[in-house]
Amino acid sequence: MPTGEAPQRRLIRAVAETIIAHAEELTRLDQAIGDGDHGVNMQRGCAAVLADLDRIGALPWPQALHAAGTVLVMTVGGASGPLFGTLFMQLGKSLPPAPTRADMAGALAGAVAAVKARGKSDVGAKTMLDVLDPVLAALRDGDDDWRTRLPAVAGAAAAATAPMQARRGRAAFLGARSIGHVDPGARSVALMVEAVCTA
Amino acid sequence: MKKFLNSPDTILAESLDGFAAAHADLVVLGPGRQFVRRAGPVPGKVGLLSGGGSGHEPLHAGFVGRGMLDAACPGQVFTAPTPDQILAAAAAIDTGAGVLFIVKNYEGDVMNFDMAREMHAGRSETVLTDDDVAVETSTWSAGRRGVAGTLIVEKIVGAAAERGDDLAALTTLGRRVNAATRSMGVALTSCTVPAAGTPTFTLGDDEIEIGVGIHGEPGRRRERLRGADDLAAGMIGAILADLPAPPPEVLLLVNGFGATPLMELYLMFHAARRELAGAGVRVVRSLVGNYVTSLDMAGCSLTVTAMDEGLAALWDAPVHTPALRWGA
Repeated sequence: MPTGEAPQRRLIRAVAETIIAHAEELTRLDQAIGDGDHGVNMQRGCAAVLADLDRIGALPWPQALHAAGTVLVMTVGGASGPLFGTLFMQLGKSLPPAPTRADMAGALAGAVAAVKARGKSDVGAKTMLDVLDPVLAALRDGDDDWRTRLPAVAGAAAAATAPMQARRGRAAFLGARSIGHVDPGARSVALMVEAVCTA
Repeated sequence: MKKFLNSPDTILAESLDGFAAAHADLVVLGPGRQFVRRAGPVPGKVGLLSGGGSGHEPLHAGFVGRGMLDAACPGQVFTAPTPDQILAAAAAIDTGAGVLFIVKNYEGDVMNFDMAREMHAGRSETVLTDDDVAVETSTWSAGRRGVAGTLIVEKIVGAAAERGDDLAALTTLGRRVNAATRSMGVALTSCTVPAAGTPTFTLGDDEIEIGVGIHGEPGRRRERLRGADDLAAGMIGAILADLPAPPPEVLLLVNGFGATPLMELYLMFHAARRELAGAGVRVVRSLVGNYVTSLDMAGCSLTVTAMDEGLAALWDAPVHTPALRWGA
């Protein structure tokens, strides 16, 4: 990679590349309790972000995140498009150009609230919110060494969706049969958090 | 996976190009393949717009034309269309009388149509369809799904729009038809999303999925395959149990999921009609065929709509679309 790559460009690229690399795993998770398209759809959206990276990555932090979110909304489709798109667009709306950890926690809190409103959902429904919420808490309440802490928090939170019964998304139609499988949207968030922290 | 395919990446584009070319007298494919619209918009008429994931053909693009939809937005396979598609379609068909969105109650569809409505400058309303009685969890999930009954809403509201009803009247009518409609589906096999390449779920040779959705998502429960009369009785029983009282006169739609021969669908119509008759319900209108499909899934759904004279007249009104045509 080119040295001196802007941090926003590096992070957005890392998130997109990580999702693409795990697309098959996400599809398998979705085949178990959904309709089997989560990996394919996220891959298409992330590929569109990468294709537009020269423009997106050259923007300041807030605008870059908002632009990435807009690309996701317009290319992913399904429920994931509006939800992941809203997450990034809202992050972009409330993040200052040179964010501190407190700024990031504040922006993430706003973004999580926006995702809840868009999906008319909350924690405990076996969704991406079950990873976003604990990650937000760990970012807000912990020390500045968040890059070390958050991947484990996110990974554990995604794994913890397995014993939950889905109350949102297509998996909800399965009722008790959704128990025993990790939620694909939750897994996507965990992958994104890991990518951001290790990029 | 055995499909007519060049690449999973191009299946939608190639299929839409074929569709538009085959029905060039009725429809126009919008720029960037974002939507299919009726050839020749009608000034002063409320625009009817639907859309959803692809893989349910002929729903929705097959119902674009005179007496039904003005535009349909095709999403990727089993994936709701994106807000920019919906916005572009709404702009293309809004001639000043407003746009009515007919949306199947799936979270993805609802969210993308919501985002588009928030951005659309003109007047608009939404009718959500949620006819699937298989969803027993609606009190704590996102609610019932919109399935084959959506076609009945689109046909009846389309006829009313064609005669000049305004946006408010069409919205009320759409909600009334949806409220009078119930569906229940049974899958004999799973289906294969082209990009995934393997069946979404697996069923044993002697297993069926009761209450399946239209995206290969599993349904209420898995049971042993049994006789068609018995299955039809169970499906009609679930539908009638969900209605406040057995309606005297109904429209009965037997909808194939894509891989079930018409011979079996007519057999199911026969069984369902007899079952309804036993409950004192008379079938006054009927439709049998593959209309709201689930790719290559074998199976069918039964849909019942309580009819009255007004609804029957709208159902009988002329329609001329790629997939439904009568009286025109």
